[in-house]
Amino acid sequence: MKVKRVVGRIFVYLFLIIAFVVSVFPFYWMITGMTNTAVDVIKGKMTFGSHLIDNFKVLFTTYNIKRIFFNSIKISVLTTVGTLIISSMAAYGFEVYSSKAREKTYAAIMLSMMVPFAALMIPLFKLIVKFHLINTHAGLILTSLASVFIIFFFRQSFKSFPKDIIQAARVDGAGEFKIFTSIVMPSMKSTYAAAAIYAFMTSWNSYLWPLIVLQTDKQKTMTLLISSMSSAYFPEYGVIMAAIVLATLPMIIIFFTLQNYFVQGMTGSIKQ
Amino acid sequence: MAEITPNSLKKNTKFFKRNKSFERSLNIYGWIFVSIAVILLAIFLFYPIVNSLILSTMSSKGIVQKFVGLNNYKKLFHDEVFLTGLKNTFIFFIIQVPIMLLLALILAAILNDKTIKFRGVFRTGIFLPAVTSLVAYTILFKMMFSLDGFINKGLLSMHIIKNPIPWLMDPFWARVTVMIAMTWRWTGYNMVFYLSGLQNVPDELYEAADIDGASKMQQFFHITIPMLKPIIVFTSVMSTIGTLQLFDEPMNFSQGGVTGATIGPGNSLLTMSVYIYNLCFKYMPNFGYAAAVSYVIVFLVAILSIIQFKVAGDKK
Repeated sequence: MKVKRVVGRIFVYLFLIIAFVVSVFPFYWMITGMTNTAVDVIKGKMTFGSHLIDNFKVLFTTYNIKRIFFNSIKISVLTTVGTLIISSMAAYGFEVYSSKAREKTYAAIMLSMMVPFAALMIPLFKLIVKFHLINTHAGLILTSLASVFIIFFFRQSFKSFPKDIIQAARVDGAGEFKIFTSIVMPSMKSTYAAAAIYAFMTSWNSYLWPLIVLQTDKQKTMTLLISSMSSAYFPEYGVIMAAIVLATLPMIIIFFTLQNYFVQGMTGSIKQ
Repeated sequence: MAEITPNSLKKNTKFFKRNKSFERSLNIYGWIFVSIAVILLAIFLFYPIVNSLILSTMSSKGIVQKFVGLNNYKKLFHDEVFLTGLKNTFIFFIIQVPIMLLLALILAAILNDKTIKFRGVFRTGIFLPAVTSLVAYTILFKMMFSLDGFINKGLLSMHIIKNPIPWLMDPFWARVTVMIAMTWRWTGYNMVFYLSGLQNVPDELYEAADIDGASKMQQFFHITIPMLKPIIVFTSVMSTIGTLQLFDEPMNFSQGGVTGATIGPGNSLLTMSVYIYNLCFKYMPNFGYAAAVSYVIVFLVAILSIIQFKVAGDKK
């Protein structure tokens, strides 16, 4: 019996270690890759090389990487800030001031979560063309300002906010917006942090919609750059690795500094 | 601060009258708070959903549009490329999703056991792939699975294979590669959902099972899975939606990316979303027909979700 236990334990740890190594290895390979030449990368060299500076030189001279990186940051930050304000306000409106009409609206919004993006893509593209927002960052940002998932996420958290406090503030003569901005918002900091990470990551990593909206190299994002670099006739794999590291690093930094909010942002919505 | 309860308000009729107008003003505030989001969603979500459905009954070549009823949908059944896309999407869905979710469940069950050492390290490491962008990880895997790349080199040196596997040059292996990559990216993500669900399962349940002599395997099937059922349904519906609109991976795995002639060897990676993109932006644009393909995805997501909810509900 005891031997069986020990053997079982060994298998469990072996399984965990394999899963861990498989999960983490590509990150290691990505970092060694950006120090190697294209041939070394494609031949699967696993050790550090001496081409780190060369790869970055190509990245900075051949591609307008500074501008593209800034584009990604700008789009993601503006989208995140806008989404947080608009979606949290909406969630607050749905949760605190309940009415039948609004409840129906909310249900319709939630149901639309089932509709895949592919089904919106064509009319959305036509709209953006009509509004003259094609090839602009505004076209990207405007369409993702109201996020169904984030409205849902905020509403779930507002459910646990004590309504007595809102009542008490009203009796004290505080206006409705004042209550929201100076009482509710500050006490929901962790919810905002979690939602911010989710919104930032979604925007930072998005591919299909930017691919359709942004058409010139000047407007491109990191994701689009990596994609077009790898589909070149002679892909410079070492340089691509450097670009991938640049595109992934912000998310890894955010993940390790705000790990708890990160996980909460992904799973918090289904606590109930 | 005065204590106000609904009853004390009703007793005071004067206050009650004022209360009514107060309620009306609250209702207005409610609309103000939701207004920006509702307007944006009406324009950028509801209008496109409806418009796309209408579009799917139109034939549009360039600017000329004419009503064709269900003809677009009928045409789909004879469209070889569409049927290939449908088949490929289903292969990914039927094989990859169950493997990934089962793997995630097993990992969550193991990491929920408090006697396991370095739980935090394992959890963080296994979750890490979920921070990468779909494009970045796809290209990373494309490089690892090249013919004389890292994976083949490793397998050859361990004498598991005699000749290099043509990962991205053969239809069968190309699909396998995409599924391996997707499992890498999403298993940890789903595991975190299960782990957070398991926090609501009291440890005593497992302790009691231990005392009763239930094996870990029995505990997995009789405690972990039933307790997590709602979350399992949630993750499988989410994975269904995700897989049916698979786009970033096939596009970036295939030679030439967006401009490539085929998506994967012999179009083996062509999915429905990729086909929609090609119909709109690669060939002569046919928005009406593309809209019909997109509504096929909507119907499939709806049907598959209902089935999943039903299957989970019946077992209760």
